[in-house]
This record gives sequence, structure tokens and C-alpha cells, in this order.
Amino acid sequence: MGSGFFAGRFIAACMDAGTSSFADLVAACAPETLPGAGAAAAAQLGGAAGPAQGAAGAAVESAGPYLPHGTTIVAARFDGGVVMAGDRRSTAGNMIAQRDIEKVFRSDDYSCVGIAGVAGIGLELVRLFQLELEHYEKLEGRTLSLEGKANRLSAFVRGNMGAALQGLVVVPLFAGYDEDAGRGRIFSYDVAGGRYEERPYHSIGSGSIFAKGSLKKLYTESLSDREVVLACMQALYDAADDDSATGGPDLARQIYPVVAMITADGFRRLSDAESGEYARAVVEERTREPSGPVAPLPPVP
Amino acid sequence: MPFYVSPEQAMKDKADYARKGIARGRSGVVIQYDGGILFVAPNPSSALHKISEIYDRIAFAAVGRYNEFENLRKAGVRYADYTGYQYDRSDVTARGLANWYAQILGQFFTESNKPFEVELVVAEVGESPVSDQIYRITFDGSVAEEHGFVAMGGQADQVAAVLKDHYADDLPLVRALGAAIAGLAGQGNGEGTELSASQLEVGILARDRVHRTFRRLTGARLEVLLAEAAGSGGSGLASPPAGAGDEQQPGEAASPDEGVTP
Repeated sequence: MGSGFFAGRFIAACMDAGTSSFADLVAACAPETLPGAGAAAAAQLGGAAGPAQGAAGAAVESAGPYLPHGTTIVAARFDGGVVMAGDRRSTAGNMIAQRDIEKVFRSDDYSCVGIAGVAGIGLELVRLFQLELEHYEKLEGRTLSLEGKANRLSAFVRGNMGAALQGLVVVPLFAGYDEDAGRGRIFSYDVAGGRYEERPYHSIGSGSIFAKGSLKKLYTESLSDREVVLACMQALYDAADDDSATGGPDLARQIYPVVAMITADGFRRLSDAESGEYARAVVEERTREPSGPVAPLPPVP
Repeated sequence: MPFYVSPEQAMKDKADYARKGIARGRSGVVIQYDGGILFVAPNPSSALHKISEIYDRIAFAAVGRYNEFENLRKAGVRYADYTGYQYDRSDVTARGLANWYAQILGQFFTESNKPFEVELVVAEVGESPVSDQIYRITFDGSVAEEHGFVAMGGQADQVAAVLKDHYADDLPLVRALGAAIAGLAGQGNGEGTELSASQLEVGILARDRVHRTFRRLTGARLEVLLAEAAGSGGSGLASPPAGAGDEQQPGEAASPDEGVTP
């Protein structure tokens, strides 16, 4: 079944592709449509311009901060699975670009992915990742292992490194239920595609320092699923409290963090009503105690 | 130097060759029911599929040479996923896919010495039964739009004749399955007429599901359906009792592992 029979490059690619990867298919047919490809092309343009190497690169770099950025994502494990939550703000420089952006997505029945950084590339990255998992499942008749999924995402992040070096940085946070191990797992990434398993909780994005500090004082291994959701909600509140780029729960507009929970039963996104309940509880508590729960100080020696 | 062969003769030879190859396998049936579209094919293997998901609302059924239609299935999934990625998921249609397959099969039939020995059905479940689409694509690239039901394979005409007697609009799933079994059991190729769950491959495109609507019916679920279908007059059914086996919404409460199993 040689490609000579098929006049169209696309038909040939579809008939002869020796891969079950959707990203590889796109790379063969239309690489310019992969996430971050535009930035890489702009960088090459800058290189071709001559001695002013990086003129275009510098332009892209300076444009970076004025593109909408996704901010804070948190994830934490519990006995039966894993929870991921993200605030709803995206910022472009000092402007709020969007109040109700969603940055936590179902990637398949047993995993989810959140993004922080340049939203435009991040959302495309997520779309490609979702398709990658579905495509593999349809072609091979089985789902990838959780490790396999985490590794594919790693390759995608690495693929965006050219753009990242131009200042268009985006990193995902990946979480899922490992059916083989029977527990939830969390993976973080660096811009070079480095993949790190995080236990038992993690946060990415501009407010992550505050969110992680908050989780550090709130989290214990014995928390139930509902308690972990509440802890994540508290952490996001603390992030919004101290990071201007992270949005707190918007009770006036009824915009609450997106919360995803993955257990042996699969992926579930909490409804706005459910998420709102947690958010209102946190806000109510903070109205009385603005700094939130206080960890007991051990006795002075 | 090759002998001269007239184009008419060459095409006829190729068509005969393809038909013979397809006739060796058993037929398959695609039939509409009130909740979507049902696919049934006799298939003793639970690993090598004749029926598969292509996209959110599109599925594929084939008869003929396995390696050839498996290759075409994979190509179809690539076409669908790629189209949905470049445009939008709602822009992937059975019509587009059927035309694309027709182009491939047609091109192969004219340009290659050995044509594909396959027959395909591409079906898309719509918002309502009238917007369901079923396309049958044959080895030479001709496309036919079908309504209600379609049989494919060597004994297609025989099977279709039985189906015609049993088919009505908006059949419940059980009755549609009964009709399909009756049609398939009537194939006169020396096989036993008994078709048990382990010898059948059954899938549905369920209209009411969101996102990915394709589900395989296997194991206990299929056995129950087959028993009900036989009870409501599966193979000898002239006038099944009214309202027999009003099926629950297929796969409504499906958990993830009931999903698209291989």
C-alpha cells in the first residue's frame, strides 16, 4: 500500500502513518498548526533578519507579558483519588483579560490537566493532548497507562520550548487516577519537558507560592475527598489574597473555581453549584477570620 | 510486453475478484432503532473488530479482508480527528468521511492491480431519526445513502430481503436486534443459524449520549438483549407483541469502564 497510489499527501499520511500518535500525524501533515509553532516561526524570522538577531525574538518576548496568562492551579491527592482546582482569572499585564476562563480540563476518563502561563498556547496544548489520548484509544483499542499519558504531555511541553524561550511560557499540571496502582497521582512539568511526580499536593502558576504554603499548613494524608476540595479552595483563596493575578471566588457574578475530581469511578467536574458551596463557605469563614485557618503553634521550649 | 486487455475487461476482472473476496466473509447489518443506530456482525473474535468508533457520532462497519478494512478504519479515525482538530468537532460528518473513503477506494480500484476486497458502512447518529445518516461504500468507490437498514457482504441481498420484512421506523433496540439476527441467521452459507453472544459483535451509536456516543454491547448486557430479542420473536417473528421489550436508554448510566472497550 505505497503512498505512490495516493495523490494527496494527507491521504497518504492517513493510510501509511505508522503511528498511533495524533501529534505525530499533525507534525507530518501540518506542523504549522501545532501549539507554539507560530512563535518558533517568528523566532526563525528574527534569525533570518541578519545581525539584528533576535529583533523579532525580542518583539515576541516583549509581547509575552501582554498576552493573556493563566494563573494558579492546585492539585492534591486523597485516599480514593485526586482533586485539581483552578481559579478563573487570566491577566494580560496589569489588565484582567478574562474573569471566567477555565484552566482545568478533562483529558480523558481518568485524568485531567490544568495550565498556567500563556493561555493561547496552553489551551491549544490541552486540545492536542485530549485528542492524543482519544486518538490512541480509538486506534489501539486500549487506553494509555497514566505514566504513558504523562510522558506524552512531557513531549508536548518540550515541543513548545522554542516558544518558551521567546517568553511564551506555558506549563501544565497533570493529575489522574492510576488504575494499575489504584491511587491518584500528580505530575508537574518544567518548560524543558522535565516531568516530576508530586506527592501529595502541588501548585503551579503565579499564585502557586501562596497556594502551596497554604496547602502545607492545611493538608494531611487523612483528608477525605470533600476535605481535600475544601483545602484546595482555601489554597486558591490564599493565592488570590496575595497574588494580584489570581482571582478569588466572585460571589457577585457567581464565578467559582473549577474543581475536578478523579477516582476509580472516573473524572467528575464539580457543578458550579457544588463549587459555589465550597467557595461561599470559605468566603464566609474569611469574613470572620480574614487570614483563614490558623495552625496551632507547638509549645515554646 | 503485456497482452492487450481492454479497459472494460480489466475493470470487470477486478470487480469480480473483489466481489469474490468479499463474498467469502459473512454479512453484517446496520439498522436504525428509536434510540440511535445498531451495528451487528457475526464475529467469533473479540479482538479483531468489524465494527468500530470513528468519532463522536460516527461509527464504521466493514466486511471483507481484515487487514484492508482495519487499515481503512485507522485512516478514517485519522481523517476525523484531524478534521476536528483543524476546524471543530461539529465539522466532522459521515458525509465527508464517506466521500473521503469513496475517493480512496475509487482511486485504488482504477489504479491498482488488486482492488480492496472490502465493503464499508459509515453511519452518523443525528439529533433525531430523520437526521441519521447511513452510507454504504463498495470496493470500487461507489457510495449509496441508505435509510432504515443496510446489509453488506456476500449475502447482502438475501439478508436485506429478510430485514425488509422485519424493519419498521422507530423500532426499540431489542426488536431492531431481533431483526438483524433474523437477517443474519438466514444466510445460506452452511453455518448454523444459531447466533450466540460470543459469536456476535454488536455496537450502537446512542442518540442521547453526549460527546462520544459509540458503545459496544458485550457480555451479560448483550446476552440479556439477545434473550429478549428471541423472546419477542427474534428469528421467527412475523408480528411481535406490541411494546415488547421497550429498552431502557442504552448506556445512559454507563460508567467509564463501560466505555469504548477494545
